[in-house]
Amino acid sequence: MDNEVVKLRDVKRHYSVGGETVRALDGVSFTIRRGEYWAIMGPSGSGKSTLLNILGCLDRPTSGEYWLNGVNVAQMEDDELSDHRLKNLGFVFQSFHLIPQLTVLENIEMPMFYLGVPQAERTRRAKTLAERVEMDHRLQHLPSELSGGQRQRVAVARALANDPAVLLADEPTGNLDSKTSVQIMQLFQELYEQGKTVIVVTHEPDIDAYAHSHIVVKDGRILTCTV
Amino acid sequence: MYRLKQSLSFYWPFIRLGATDVWRHKTRSFLTMLGMVFGVGSVIAMLAVGEGASHQALESIKRLGSQNIMVSSVKPTSEDGPTAQQSARLAVYGLLYDDETRIRETVPGVEKTVPARMVRRNARYNERQLELRVVETVPSWFEVVPRPILAGRILNEGDMSSRANVCVLTEFGVRKLLAAEEVLGQHVRLGSGVFEVVGIVKNESGGSVRAPDSEADAYIPMPTGSNLFGVANSRPISGGIESERVELSQIIVKMTGTDVVEAGAKAVEAVLKRFHKKADFKIDVPLSLLREAEKTKRTYNIVLGAIAGISLLVGGIGIMNIMLASVTERTKEIGIRRAVGARKSRIVVQFLINTCVLSIGGGLAGLVVGVAIPIAITFFTAMPTVIQPYSMLLAFGISVGVGIVFGLYPALRAASLDPIEALRHE
Ligand SMILES: Nc1ncnc2c1ncn2[C@@H]1O[C@H](COP(=O)(O)OP(=O)(O)OP(=O)(O)O)[C@@H](O)[C@H]1O
Ligand SMILES: [Mg+2]
Repeated sequence: MDNEVVKLRDVKRHYSVGGETVRALDGVSFTIRRGEYWAIMGPSGSGKSTLLNILGCLDRPTSGEYWLNGVNVAQMEDDELSDHRLKNLGFVFQSFHLIPQLTVLENIEMPMFYLGVPQAERTRRAKTLAERVEMDHRLQHLPSELSGGQRQRVAVARALANDPAVLLADEPTGNLDSKTSVQIMQLFQELYEQGKTVIVVTHEPDIDAYAHSHIVVKDGRILTCTV
Repeated sequence: MYRLKQSLSFYWPFIRLGATDVWRHKTRSFLTMLGMVFGVGSVIAMLAVGEGASHQALESIKRLGSQNIMVSSVKPTSEDGPTAQQSARLAVYGLLYDDETRIRETVPGVEKTVPARMVRRNARYNERQLELRVVETVPSWFEVVPRPILAGRILNEGDMSSRANVCVLTEFGVRKLLAAEEVLGQHVRLGSGVFEVVGIVKNESGGSVRAPDSEADAYIPMPTGSNLFGVANSRPISGGIESERVELSQIIVKMTGTDVVEAGAKAVEAVLKRFHKKADFKIDVPLSLLREAEKTKRTYNIVLGAIAGISLLVGGIGIMNIMLASVTERTKEIGIRRAVGARKSRIVVQFLINTCVLSIGGGLAGLVVGVAIPIAITFFTAMPTVIQPYSMLLAFGISVGVGIVFGLYPALRAASLDPIEALRHE
């Protein structure tokens, strides 16, 4: 029980667009335990990103229950959710979401800034992370000066800056060649071996092979769930 | 101290963040700051100009002495127009020695009274001539109208009893009349008498009020004057000679303290009214004048303050406008920061400090402008200005205040954005 990091019970996320209801998530239930490696798959528009946003406490379900470490998220304050994201979650967004005015180094440092890590320590750690994703030669560049794959790697480095217990990655290798893809996946594998919880949205069977549990989503519903 | 260090180490990164944000948009920040620059600049400059103008007036009033009541003789206005006969007649009016005695003896709180007779007379030294104001008075004159003695001495009791032909001149008069020669011990002719110069006092110039001292004065012992010139005075006017008999031109009443001055003035007026049927005297109370001048100054400051306040308001609204645009422009950044785990309050602090960097930066530049304008005014127009130290503090406080007040709304708006919505913003 106390191992349950995340528990979803009949979670729905509906959008109403122009009087029409879009059922991005339509009744999803599953449980993720500490130290598990999950892969979420499914066709485009099936609701994977929507699901990840809810898991990442960025979005709230329209209905259904979402329990985070045994606490119902619906009862949590905005500040509590912010602190949870800051301390426990690392998020790699599908479209990277780097701050355009900040350099690569500053982008990676950003979460540590809010954690109150001293400047020198921030820079040191950010450089180490940049090395891990082989971006240490572009530290002073702006995101607009990077290729798509390079931005993605910076986004991965930023997601790891707060040494998160749970890593959420939305197609983290979508823009990478197979060699770099493998490097990133090895990085995730290391984290998994350190006891972190890893949740990855992916289309690639290669990566899917790393994971131990699999969810296939279609039209906002879970098609298959293998643990 | 520890608390200060703690809070500084919390805010410092935000201050740096704010400063770099401002630096990233140099042109826009500069234009935004201009409103503050001129707002704050005008506050300081206007206060300096206003202070300079009133400073002069207040100084000249203060010099009259805040414990004094000045009673002067004035020629009463005659009901019918002057005929040839009338103008030849001797006009008798004004204050009397008896008045001085009555004031001293009946008005409570009087410390001393000083009588004076002032007549304009021609002064001569060798070939040089100068019209002086001859003041026949007593030694205590110099106690109620104090000023520095530059050389020699002032009048003393000995001069009084011996009716000595001595005079004390003002610096200005000395320069005009005696030029660079050795002054003390020289003899000058004042009207029909010859006087030895025994001292020189500094003269104060200017002043809008009936000042008891003027630029070119000659002070002589009162008994000497009465002996030599009498109390009647004639001067040629068009169509004849106007003669008048004025015993005393002025009585300076010094009270024991400023708190009894106003009651004293009323009592003096009551005493004089009983013996003077005509309105041939006038009472000036420097303290009341001072209060009035200060009141005028306050009104003036309020008006100036309102104008300056409006310009600051305009500056503040300009800043708010830009910050709102900036929030919209940086919606995505806000979303990213929130997604990464920044609390709403951190976003508020970030934008608030950003605004404050703008407003304080503008305020500091405005401080420079506000100090430069009065200096330039004084330099080019010789108009006095007094830069008030408090106005600089005020300006700084105002710029912080404007930053917080006008930054709060944009900052709250930034923080209230939904993270997911903000992230989707392009
Ligand atoms: N803000 C929104 N307003 C309206 N509809 C939305 C919104 N966000 C997502 N949707 C809809 O929800 C459905 C699921 O979207 P989602 O982004 O989760 O898909 P996905 O599985 O991540 O697709 P992809 O693999 O292409 O990234 C889509 O049909 C999308 O149009
Ligand atoms: Mg997606």
